[in-house]
Amino acid sequence: MPTKTYRGREFEVDAEGFFTVPSQWSEDIAAEIAREEGIGELTDRHWQVIKFMRHEYDEKGAGPTVRVLGKTSGVPIKELYQLFPRGPAKIAAKIAGIPKPRGCI
Amino acid sequence: MGRRVLVLGGGTGGTLVANRLHRSLPRDEAEITVVDADDRHLYQPGLLFVPFGLSRPSALVRSRRAQLHPGIDFRQSAVDRVDLEAEQVVLQDGTAHSYDVLVVATGARLVPEETEGLTGPGWGSSVHTFYSLPGAAALSAALPTFEGGRLVVNMVDMPVKCPVAPLEFCFLADWYFHERGIRDRVEISYVTSLDGAFTKATCNRELSGLLAEKGVEVVTEFNTGQVDGEAGKLISYDGRQVGFDLAVMVPLHGGAPYVSRSPGLGDELGFVPTDEATLQAKAAPNVFVIGDATDLRVSKAGSVAHFQGEVLVRNIRRFLAGDALDASFDGHTNCFIESGFGKALLIDYNDDVEPVPGHFPGRFGLPLLRESRLNHLGKLAFQSLYWHALLPGRDIPGLTSAMPLAGKRLDAATSA
Repeated sequence: MPTKTYRGREFEVDAEGFFTVPSQWSEDIAAEIAREEGIGELTDRHWQVIKFMRHEYDEKGAGPTVRVLGKTSGVPIKELYQLFPRGPAKIAAKIAGIPKPRGCI
Repeated sequence: MGRRVLVLGGGTGGTLVANRLHRSLPRDEAEITVVDADDRHLYQPGLLFVPFGLSRPSALVRSRRAQLHPGIDFRQSAVDRVDLEAEQVVLQDGTAHSYDVLVVATGARLVPEETEGLTGPGWGSSVHTFYSLPGAAALSAALPTFEGGRLVVNMVDMPVKCPVAPLEFCFLADWYFHERGIRDRVEISYVTSLDGAFTKATCNRELSGLLAEKGVEVVTEFNTGQVDGEAGKLISYDGRQVGFDLAVMVPLHGGAPYVSRSPGLGDELGFVPTDEATLQAKAAPNVFVIGDATDLRVSKAGSVAHFQGEVLVRNIRRFLAGDALDASFDGHTNCFIESGFGKALLIDYNDDVEPVPGHFPGRFGLPLLRESRLNHLGKLAFQSLYWHALLPGRDIPGLTSAMPLAGKRLDAATSA
């Protein structure tokens, strides 16, 4: 199992860098993960989405899709893409320390 | 006194559950009513063939009522809402019906209007869908006049019914333009929101190989934000563009509208949160869900409804008898993938076992995950099986709820 180090602590992640143990995550490492993903500074709007991802994961055991994020996070899809240009569902999940959202099949 | 079982939806799941229940419960024990807004049962797997002139629209539709065993009541009305507290369903014809057990089987519907511009200029001329009967019929009129250019097949976002259907459409389009002698003048692109042609690894590899072989370009992780029919382009939320002369869209899907009008029943997309193993709704113990209406991460496909039916009926009987539910649905899915030129692939998998090569349902059966003529014939034969065995709720040899392992090359999954 690969690991990543943020702020001097080690975390279990999958091959793409998504957390496999979400309980290991804490808010103080989010900014460092975000920088790796090319996001300079986490604004309140970023945090709204990150906290929503955590909440959804706690409730449902999986991260939401972009479409569900757009309907329920309070941030419209166009803005989600401005905040997380390389894909809101994936990048926000990574920063929020939850597993990669599985596309339903 | 008989218990009242109310089944909302007379499609694949609703029909086969009603018929199975009717056969397994003594007449005086249950009164079964099926509700649907119309009396037209559509054989949905046939839609794929309509645009290419391989199926006639009228051959795909039969009476819903006629598929139900005598003794099952059919009520034609749209549903207004479900009142979980009162254990009552209010229909749009103004009547209210109380239930002891409710089965939600109202499937998924297309919501093309949720994508900006999709139903705007070009809709029905350069922008089409084969996911509805009128759509497939309109496309069957448009394809013969297409003399060349770029054909784009776009799956906007999951969940959709039959996630392999857009790939099958690409394969058949390749064959169709070959037959017309103009394949060299047609570019075919498959544009998908997923990060591969299909999400299951072994299957994705096989299908990606086939797409490449047939000269179908694949554009992944494209989240369509807008369809510009006038300019002929798809625009993604992250600003990428794909030009088209003819677009075949698989629009966004949602649950039946009444689900969102029924407090506590559905999720934000109108699907019904369901226990993946027992098929009981999370909202109430006396509500069960089957087929496309669930929020489950299994394919929205008729085979899944068939496999779920067995478990669901057992659980309704257990619920009525006050017994513990059987948590045995394993996510079993089975589908033929038409690949053009009279061939097809077959895949069979569940939550734990990926689609693998081998044979189905045992060592001497249809080849799995490989193109063959036999699978194509199987796909065609399935239509008759659908009306005469699956809907009546008969057990079909080899097609049982628990996924068969015999004949499967399980070593192929671990190397994926």
